[in-house]
Order: sequence, then C-alpha cells, then structure tokens
Amino acid sequence: MKRLSRYRRHKVAAPLLLVIALLGIGASFNIASATIKATPTTFARSTAIDEGKQIFLKGCSSCHGLNAEGGSIAPSLIGVGAASVDFQVGTGRMPMADMSTQAMRKRPVYNAEQTAALVAYVSSLAPGPAIPTDAVLNYERDGSTAQGGELFRNNCAMCHNFAGQGGALTQGKYAPTLMGVEPKYIYEALITGPQSMPVFSDKTITPAEKLSLIKWIKAAEKEPNLGGATMGRIGPVTEGLLAWILGLGLLIAIAVWLTTKAR
Amino acid sequence: MTTAEKRIGAVANYVDERIGAAGWVKKSLNKVFPDHWSFMLGEVCMYSFIILLLSGTFLTLWFDPSQRDVIYEGVYAPLKGLKMSAAYASTLDISFEVRGGLLMRQIHHWAANIFMAAIVAHLLRVFFTGAFRKPREFNWILGIILLTLGFVEGLFGYSLPDDLLSGTGLRITSAIIQAIPLVGTYISFFLFGGAFPGTGFIPRIFTLHVLLIPGAFLAVITIHVMLVWYQKHTQFPGPGKTEKNVVGHPILPVYMAKAGGFFFIVFGVIAFLSAVASINPIWLYGPYTPGQISAGSQPDWYMGWLDGLVRMAPPLETHALGHTISWNILIPALIVPGIVFTGMALYPFIESWITGDKREHHLLDRPRNVPNRTALGVMSVTFVMVALINGGNDIFATNFDLSINEIMWFSRISIFLLPPLSFVITKRLCLSLQRADRELVLHGKETGRLVRMPNGEFVEVHEPISAQKRWILTSHEQPQALELPDIDSRGVKRPGGVKNKIRARLSKAHAVAVPKVSAQELKEIEGH
Amino acid sequence: MSTVSNEIEATEDPGTAPHVLRAADLNPRSEKRAEQQVAILFVLSGIGSLLLIYSYVFIDKNLFIFIPVMGNQNASQLGLGLGMAMSLFFLGMAAIHWAKTLMPETEVINHRHEFRSSNEDREEFVATVKGGVAGVQLGRRKLIKGSLAGAMGLFALPPVLLLRDLGPLPKKQLETTSWKAGTRLVTDPGNRPILASDLEVGAVVQTLPAVAEGSERLLSDIAKDPVLLIRLRPEDFQLTPEKLAMTHEGIIAFSKICSHMGCAVALYEQQTKHLLCPCHQSTFDVTRGAKVIFGPAARPLPQLDITVDNEGYLIARAPFSEPVGPSFWERNSQ
Repeated sequence: MKRLSRYRRHKVAAPLLLVIALLGIGASFNIASATIKATPTTFARSTAIDEGKQIFLKGCSSCHGLNAEGGSIAPSLIGVGAASVDFQVGTGRMPMADMSTQAMRKRPVYNAEQTAALVAYVSSLAPGPAIPTDAVLNYERDGSTAQGGELFRNNCAMCHNFAGQGGALTQGKYAPTLMGVEPKYIYEALITGPQSMPVFSDKTITPAEKLSLIKWIKAAEKEPNLGGATMGRIGPVTEGLLAWILGLGLLIAIAVWLTTKAR
Repeated sequence: MTTAEKRIGAVANYVDERIGAAGWVKKSLNKVFPDHWSFMLGEVCMYSFIILLLSGTFLTLWFDPSQRDVIYEGVYAPLKGLKMSAAYASTLDISFEVRGGLLMRQIHHWAANIFMAAIVAHLLRVFFTGAFRKPREFNWILGIILLTLGFVEGLFGYSLPDDLLSGTGLRITSAIIQAIPLVGTYISFFLFGGAFPGTGFIPRIFTLHVLLIPGAFLAVITIHVMLVWYQKHTQFPGPGKTEKNVVGHPILPVYMAKAGGFFFIVFGVIAFLSAVASINPIWLYGPYTPGQISAGSQPDWYMGWLDGLVRMAPPLETHALGHTISWNILIPALIVPGIVFTGMALYPFIESWITGDKREHHLLDRPRNVPNRTALGVMSVTFVMVALINGGNDIFATNFDLSINEIMWFSRISIFLLPPLSFVITKRLCLSLQRADRELVLHGKETGRLVRMPNGEFVEVHEPISAQKRWILTSHEQPQALELPDIDSRGVKRPGGVKNKIRARLSKAHAVAVPKVSAQELKEIEGH
Repeated sequence: MSTVSNEIEATEDPGTAPHVLRAADLNPRSEKRAEQQVAILFVLSGIGSLLLIYSYVFIDKNLFIFIPVMGNQNASQLGLGLGMAMSLFFLGMAAIHWAKTLMPETEVINHRHEFRSSNEDREEFVATVKGGVAGVQLGRRKLIKGSLAGAMGLFALPPVLLLRDLGPLPKKQLETTSWKAGTRLVTDPGNRPILASDLEVGAVVQTLPAVAEGSERLLSDIAKDPVLLIRLRPEDFQLTPEKLAMTHEGIIAFSKICSHMGCAVALYEQQTKHLLCPCHQSTFDVTRGAKVIFGPAARPLPQLDITVDNEGYLIARAPFSEPVGPSFWERNSQ
C-alpha cells in the first residue's frame, strides 16, 4: 500500500481513480438491478405462460401495453413470434435501458428461465417465427464457408462491414458488430429482422444458406490476423492514421535525432 | 600509397580519361547541405519511392494483371471455389503462398501511404518557409506534378488487386469520368474497354502503374533533385548565414553517411510497420462484383478528402435538352481539386506579383514573419482536413457515437466557415508571436527569479538574450506594401486600375507586421 | 502596425558559432565507447538478417502464434518482417551514429552565385539563336511554312486515332439493362425464382434477372442489373398512382445501383424504410419511390415495374423506363 501511495500525486492518478470508481459504481448497479429484477420468479410458479405474463406486466407492459398491443413508443408484440422475443431479451436489447436511438446489445436482464417464460407468453398471443433448435443450428455440418462469404457480401456486408465489424446507418443508428454473437441469435435476427434490420425470409435465403452465413461469421471471428495487428478491420481510415502517426511520426523523430549535433 | 589506393586510382584514371568527370564530380562533392530535420522530409519521399520500386518489382514477379475469370483453388479456405479475376487470385497467392509475399505487399502499401504523407509534409515545409520563391519556382511546380502523379499512381495501385474495396473505388472513378460533359461516356468506354467494369482496365492500368508513371516519376524526381543540387539548398536564418552562402556539412563523409543511413531507417521503419500492422487485407474484402458493397468503403487517406467533398456535395444535376450534367460529381471531384492544384502551382507567381519581390531568396522565412502566407497555408490545410474528416464520416460515426448526418452537416457548414476562421486566427497568432519576439529582444527572457528592490517592490529579473538569438529575431526583412497610385507621375490615369487596386490591397494585407526592433531602439536599451 | 521597417539589419551578424568539440573528439574513452556502440548496432543489423533467413527457411508458413494486443499472428510473416526491419533499421542507425559521433563534422561554408548568366553570354546566345532561326528562312519560304503547319496538324491525329480501338462505342449500353418484360427475378446468389408470398413484411431480397440455365453473367451486366426487392405494408406507400401500379402487393423493386456514383445501395433500414448508400451516404425514402432525402444523389433510384407470372413468380412487367446507375452526358433525364 505504501508503494501505491507513492503514486497518489502522479498526474494520472486522479483520472485513473475516477475511472475505477465509475467502473465500480457501474458494476455494482448492474448487479443490484439484476438481482432486483430477478425476484419475480419466486412469486409466480404456475405455468410458464403465466409466469411470462407476470414478468411482462412488470418489465415490458409500460411501453408495449398491458396486452402487448404496442404503444406510442413501442411496437405491438402480437405475432412477432418466439424467435423475436428470444433474440431481443436474450441479447439484452430488451428491456431497453433508456430511450436511445437504438437498443444495444448488453448483459441480459432476465435469466434463461425467465426469458423462456416471456417467450412462452408472447408466442401464446399469436404464432410467429420459432426459435431454431440445436439440431437445426448445426452449422459446422450443414454450412459452407465460401457460400456463406458470398451471401454475406451480398446481403450483410453493406451494413455490418466486410468482416462483420458493424457500420453506420442514418441518424446515429448503427449495424452492430457480429463478433461474439451466438449462432442462435444470428439465426433469429435473420428471420425476425430486429429494429433497423430487414427480414431475410427462409424462402429467399434458405435455412441451409443461413447456416453457411453463420459458419462464415464464425470463421471470420476466428480468422487469425494474417498480416499483423488489424486496427479494427474497418478499412483504410485507420491505416492512413497509422501511416501518419507511427510511420511519418517515427521518421520525423529520427530525422530530429539525425540532425542534432552529438555531444 | 597502399595497393588499394593504387587500384582505385587506376580505375578513376581510366574513367576520367574517357569522360573527364573529375572536375564536376569534385565540385559536386564539395556541395554543402544544411542540417535541419524538416530538410529530411524530401528524402523520406525519395527513399519511400525507391522502396516502392523495389517492393513493386518483387510483386510483379507473381502478379497476374488480368480480369480473366478463374476459380480459386488456393490455400485460403473461406474463398475456395469462388469465381474471381486472375488479378485477385494472384494477389491472394502472393499473400499466402509466396514466402514473404504478404510482407512485400504490405511494405508496398505502407510505403505508398508514407510516400504520400511525406510529400504532403514536405510540401507544407516548403510552403510555410517560403522555399518556393525565386529561383525555386520550377522545383515547386515539379513538386506539384509529383504530388499529382502520386495521386494517380496510388489510385491505380489500390485498384489493381480487384478486390471488393478497390472495385468500388473503380466504380466511383468510372462515374467521375462519365460525368465529364460531352466526352465522358466515350472516355470511360475506351478506358475500361467497354461498359464498366469491362475487361481491359486492370491490364491497362497495370502497364501505367508499373511502367509509364514510375518512368515519369523517375524523370521528374531526377530533375527535382538535380535542381536542388545545382541551386544549392536553402537554409534557415541564423548567425553566419546569409543569402550568399550555405552553411552545413559536405557530402563526404558526414552527409553521405547520414543520408545513406536514413534510407535504411526509412526502409526499416516501413518494414517494421509491415511486420506488425496489417494493411489492405484483400482476402477479407472478397472478389469484386458490382452488386456487392461493404459498409465503410473508403479510399486510401490521400484520396479521402476528395471522397469527403463528394459526400458533402449538394444533390445538383442539370437536366436540359436531353443531356445531364452532374454538378454533384463535377464540382467536388474535378472542379474543386482543379482549382486547388492550379492555385498551388501558381502560388509562387501570385505571391511575387503581390509583393513585387523579384529577388533571389535562399534564406527561409520563419512562418510567423509572413503572416499572410502562413494563414493561407493553414486555411488550405483546414479545408482539406474538414473534407478528409467527412471522407471518414461513417467510421467516425460508429466509433464516436455520432450520426453521419450530423457529421455531414457539420462538414457542409465548416468547409465554408472554418477555413476563413483559421485564416484570421493564424494571422493574429503570427502577429502575437512577432510581438513576443520583439518583447524578447527588447526586454530579454524572464528568468523566474524575483528580486526585492530597496523600496520593497518585487521585480522579476530579465536576462538579456544571446547575440545569436537576437540576430535570428531581428535579421528578417519587413517589406513595405506596394504603392500603386491610380494616377502616374504625369497625372495620367494608369491602365488596369482595378487590377492595381486589388494588387495594392493584397500587398497591404501581405505586409502587415509588428515592427521589429530597430537599431535605434536597441541603442536606447543598451543605455539602461 | 502600419509603420513597417524596411531596415534589414538592426543588429550585427555575430557570425557562425564557434565549433564545439564532441565528447568523442576530446576524450579517447568516449571515442572508444562510440565506436563500440556503432559496432553493436551493426551486430544488431546482422542478427536481423539472420532472423530473416531463419524465418524464411525454418518457420512454417501456416504457424500461428499468439501475441498480446496483436492477437493470433502468422509467425512466418512476423519473423520475416521483424528480421528485415531490424536488419535495415540498425544498419541505418549504425551509419548515422558513426557519422554523428566519429566522423569529422566541422561545418563548411559554400558561396552562392547568382544564376543569371552574364550579359555577354546572353548576347552570344541570342545571336546564335537568331542566326539559326534566320538560316531556317521560315519567314521567306511561305510554301514550306504552310505545308509544314498542315503536316504537323495531321501528324498529331494518328496517335489519337490509334487509341480508338481501346473500346467499343457506348451506343445504348448505358441506357439498357438485361430486364425485359416477363424476366423472372431470381435471388442473388442462388438464382431461385421468388414467389410473392416468400417475402414477409419488412423483408428484402437481392435479385438479378433470370438467365438461361448454364449461361454466365457478365460483370458488366451485374453492374447494371441488380434489383432490390422490399416488402412493405401497402398502406405505407406514398406513391403516385403510376408508381403504385408498378408495385405488387406491397412489394416494390428498385435498381440497386446508386443514381449518384453506381455503388450498390443495399443498406435498407426496416423501421425508417430508408435506403442508404454506404459510399457517399445518399439516403432514399422507399415509401416515396426512393426519393432522395439526404446526401449527394440527385435522382431517385429507378423503379422496376413488377408483377407475377402465371406460376406466381415475380417477374418484370417492363424493362426499366430510364437508365440505371450514375448520370452521363447523353442521359435524357427529363
């Protein structure tokens, strides 16, 4: 501790402490809110649908309406299907933390059981796209990487970038990165078209093709950095920045050394 | 005499008896080069050009510049079995199957980016220090030609691998060509060998990229460097330095060792970048087909400002008499860059017209002592920077949580607002710096030491500056504005009145300065 | 600020600073140390070259190693690159360090001379040129002058003419696409025909015109033909009756080639129903017939008139009524 206190007057000490403190507050808030939200399970113990309805009334109905009929700020959930609910809640997008331009992927608020209950409730309202089963999702066996790449560049790269790193949409919206997304959620996003994303129907991109897409995305995730550090795989902007800062910067520093007289 | 000396002597004698080189070689070896880090920027350009030639030659040994369709059967699994052009397939093979091929590709691309960056930095150094003035106007123009060649060469090089990103760049290039009134469609069809993307463009630009343009580069660089050699390098003002001399190190041995060593350092730094940082990972982009696109499709940095201008252009087209003129393409992609480049090329002549100064200049200006020129330079850089930022607006939007629409509007307004603003601020800053110089000469530098006077008052001790420093701060000229009366000495109105008025007005703006310390004032100070 | 001095020298030039000797000039131990440092730099360069050779010969091309921050790296590429960088960089450092610390570095002064030639030289030059020009007698030989001008003019033509065969004439190629009345829309990639019922509301499909089995598509066709199918709720449309008639049960078809510079405009936002071009951010409102609502594009995306054939597959009812893609001089946009 003594050794640490030596640094307390260091010029980065204050900002660093601030960052640590903020992170701490954020983390404890997250844990606290998760535990508060998690309590409903202990109350309702009838069927999954009833349980889902309870969670819905507590956590979702203020925006989506008491009967999921939608409201002025949120769409109706009647007929969106199991896949949609599983995607939105499972990836933490719903419930939204605040009314920002777009729901972000974050730590899910509900656990798997509660999510399943919500899915059961919403899909009981009207039929819709179902959650793909593990048997369906065997992309390693049924997909082809090269075909997936073709499909990706035709259907996905314009928003999610050539390497699935995400990209900008209009008015501050964005297509998120696809790195680290579970295959199930990729599949669900394709068939339900969450938020800005359009729907890619099974008839126009067949289930087999969807698996190829997933296989390609998973391959891109594991793709080693063949030529060195990638700087985000977002194209020439970072490359130009590095050429100026590291390349020319280093050369100018050496030129300064070169032209000063030795002592 | 040692045997080695004897042998060298014999060779030298053999050569000299045939071409009589001793005389002028001796004269050249006596040339002196002044030392300043900013004088090395030009060398970075030249060295990265040599690196481009070497690495480029390596790449041509395997590259197949053809748009012929092939099915990829190489080692990169995610693209196996896809139809692509031979150019793209051979670039993949260079990257994955030739040992050191990927390294060479990356050296070539990093060297190109650094080449262009160094050209721009070198150009700014020459501009801000007034090194373009008489007798160096030719070399300034040659420099602008080299910069222009660099743009074209870079664009072609970026287009050769025929990946999705470079194909998108070519699509845009073809649209710019098509937008030229009257002949655009024909030029585009002739260049591409048919409707875009045609079959001929890549082999054609390959020849231009590896033969014609490098040849032009070599010729112009040779003249550029020979002129520097012949006219002798400029130098910064300082003690012992005049318009009539050059103070520095002779070619042999110091300059030769330093400049030669610097070549290896430039190569080493580029090789290091290429070892640790990926550039243009074409295997991730995929082969080009016109129906596909990636988010964040950007050109290399030196083209980014043009792309930024195109993005911010208003949606203007003229439709008349069965013809279409796309101002939304012509203005940002051809007219504005045309004005910028012509203005740059003509600047030495414009400035000399404004100041009426037709003398030779070998001592450089300190940028603060020519506020108007410095402000103009900063204004131009601001213009390009705003455009460049807009060229990456989608990348900035996603990485800094902004909206592309906001950045676009910011750029659309800033492109008109910020350059004049930066002109005014820079000019004021230059004048403040002049004032600070004046204070420094008159009152010396603050030491931070406080002394208590007998009457109880505290004063800070000022230390007089050295004679060398004083010389640097006072030796520059402060030319007066041109006097261009409307009526000449015989009372006759001069022709070209408006032109003269503009010239007098500009000249007055150019001559604004904080008066430097005069000999009279210095004498008074010495009295204290 | 208006009083400016034209006085050149307020103070006197103190002259070049006296030469200061370096540590290595004064102290034999410093000299020795500098020599050793240079030698070490040369040795480092040598080690770099050896690393390069080792990497080329012994490291497997497909070996990957994990490096913190940089991720999984190709060992061969990294070894070759670092070896090369070391070999070159330290060679340069050694040369410069040598020059800086050990080579004689007294500053030398060269004198400049005016570049203007002497008056005699100039006069002689003018006389020579004048004599040469007079010898040509172009002023007197009117016939030669005229024929020379003619010949030079004609001489300039062949080089331009010889470039004529670079490509075909444009003809109507920019105005036409492969779409004809009755052409089926097929998925890209996949080449499957599409039923209207295949699209849910909010769905998009990238399509191309169907081609005969086994025939290849030209890239120059793919540069014009792609069409984006989008299904909306029919009540979302705000179209003129003619444009509305070109849709089919809420399915609307636009050329995917941007009317600005020809990039693929495929970035469809389902909620706002906007199409965005990732190249220059032109934004098109699908509900209003791809009207430009932001960015540099000046024209809406051309709309394809679609319907279904007797098997229920989507087909083009008519070819595009206007040229697709970027503008060009001959385009009649009225």
